[in-house]
Amino acid sequence: MTKEEKQVVSAPESQQSGIKARRVNTKMVPLPSTSIVPERDLGKEPILECRHLGIDFGGLHAVEDFDIAVGRTEIAGLIGPNGAGKTTIFNLLTKVYQPTRGTILLDGQDLNNMSVPKVNQSGIARTFQNIRLFSNLSVEDNVRIGLHNQVKCSMLNGIFRTPQFFKSEKAFHKRALELLDVFDMADLAQVSAGSLPYGAQRRLEIVRALATEPKLLLLDEPAAGMNPSETSDLMDSILKIRDEFQIAIMLIEHDMDLVMGICEGIAVLNYGKIIAKGTPEEIQNNPEVIEAYLGAQADASAEKEA
Amino acid sequence: MEYKMSRSLRSNLITYGIVVLFFVVCEILIATHILSYSLQGQLVPICAYVCMAISLNLVVGISGELSLGHAGFMSIGAFSGVVAAALVGGVAGNEPAILVISMLVGGLLAGVMGFLISIPVMRLHGDYLAIVTLAFGEIIKNILNNLYVGMDESGLHFSMNSESSLHMSQAGKVLLAGPKGAVGVNTIASFIVGILLVLFCLFVALNLINSRSGRAILAVRDNRIAAEACGINSMKYRMMAFVVSAVLAGMAGALYGLNYSSFIPSKFDFNNSIMVLVFVVLGGIGNIRGGMIAAAVLTVLPEALRFLSTYRMLIYSVVLIAVMLISNNEQARMVLRRFKNHFKKSRKKKVAPQVAVAGAGAASAKEDGAND
Repeated sequence: MTKEEKQVVSAPESQQSGIKARRVNTKMVPLPSTSIVPERDLGKEPILECRHLGIDFGGLHAVEDFDIAVGRTEIAGLIGPNGAGKTTIFNLLTKVYQPTRGTILLDGQDLNNMSVPKVNQSGIARTFQNIRLFSNLSVEDNVRIGLHNQVKCSMLNGIFRTPQFFKSEKAFHKRALELLDVFDMADLAQVSAGSLPYGAQRRLEIVRALATEPKLLLLDEPAAGMNPSETSDLMDSILKIRDEFQIAIMLIEHDMDLVMGICEGIAVLNYGKIIAKGTPEEIQNNPEVIEAYLGAQADASAEKEA
Repeated sequence: MEYKMSRSLRSNLITYGIVVLFFVVCEILIATHILSYSLQGQLVPICAYVCMAISLNLVVGISGELSLGHAGFMSIGAFSGVVAAALVGGVAGNEPAILVISMLVGGLLAGVMGFLISIPVMRLHGDYLAIVTLAFGEIIKNILNNLYVGMDESGLHFSMNSESSLHMSQAGKVLLAGPKGAVGVNTIASFIVGILLVLFCLFVALNLINSRSGRAILAVRDNRIAAEACGINSMKYRMMAFVVSAVLAGMAGALYGLNYSSFIPSKFDFNNSIMVLVFVVLGGIGNIRGGMIAAAVLTVLPEALRFLSTYRMLIYSVVLIAVMLISNNEQARMVLRRFKNHFKKSRKKKVAPQVAVAGAGAASAKEDGAND
């Protein structure tokens, strides 16, 4: 009895004693998911689970109570108005920002205290809203950098050109071309990445992310700046990537045709909080979502028509 | 792939070729007594500074961090090289062998020091990093200013106070005498070993750049956030570039030190670091070949202009300014490019159409994007 009382008392105390104490105890037991996971992934452990994930910037709660589960081969969408905190969530998942609260479980593994490269090595790859390619390097070298942890060759092997170096370079070259082939970019391998057209740069970023052999691929506005035909190609490619690599994909996108077309589960974010989760149909008919996000778009198109 | 490999390989071979050609020309000039005695004395320092330029280019150009304390690593190499040469000199008789061993010792010690320094330094970025490397360069200089090393039959003696506190036997010989620096050095540095060291530095630098580690270093330089998102530990690869650079600087220092019968620690001060940085900037940041040529020309220039006596530093600075202006002038560049194209035309005929098509494709696609 007394023991139980003590536990009850100590819980709020440890919460008050600052961020550090809270971080130590952030590992939580995975609960059954509240979001919709596609049927084929139902029996399995979700690839990504966030529990009460949150971050404060000063007094601002940029993200609060972000609870989500993503199935092993699910294509999940994250939508919401500008400034809702979508990219912040990607930055939390990849540990560019350290969460103030909550847990991120990747395939059951707690990402607590992991650095950005470690998170990538354990299986989350991402692309960026503002493209971040190594624009001075060739397309192939960009992919080779993505393959960094897949093919090993130590510095001394590289400097003294041992047989192992040539073997690894061969492996780099072969794998890079295979990956570029997914987007039919193999013939552009020697072109400088900075001179590619915008759409191709976005595709190259996806290839580079895929090269790190992720279990979960985060795409931050993959269709931004693309025309409708490029967007529909991109939708095919995303489905192809999911089927071929058997990975989960989570994407942020403002293009509703793309989101509603390929996403199986969608979370809507507003002011850092999830206001709705569900299938595309459920989201489209959710009054709260229509008011906060989709409706605004309908108004805008109505104004244009008028 | 074939084309790219051959392109980078060809560029590297040209760089090696320039060094070998320089060596052959110098040897011919020496044999025919055209090269003056004072210029002959400059050959080893040229080699040392060319190595320094390659070494600093690894940090400034390839890793993208400004280091202002590179003379510190050079001095570690120089002084430890002198001590090692004295130690080994008693055992082995062959001069080039002693020189190589002392260069290895100098490189190793500079590398260890570079590793230790890089632990705090690589936590910083940009200007802050530059200032801290400057401070470490000064710290190294001041430590060497107070370091006394002597050698007698019982081995090495170290002291931070004075020569007399070394407590050596009668036969003992002072190697490093604090602010007086290294004294009584056996000048065993030779031009041929210098050229071999230049080739070795080139080999290390160029092979490092064209390897998995080198790509990681370039990736961290171009976009640290993207590199980390690709699973690259940015700290590790920035440290790697820094330490490799320190090793090469240490080896260059040992070569430099063993070329003089005595030299003082203040020779390797802030001005020296800046001078090496000037080589790198003038030759083009990240351009190994350019830095090499700039180092050779600017090392020999003050000596070659000696006949102008008081005006020589004036000419030196005019040359610096002129090169900076010309290399940043669009018209001057165009003239150079036209000259280059004319030179390359016959050689590139087979490859040119492909490149042109790919280039045009990219350009037209860009225009499409703009029209949207």
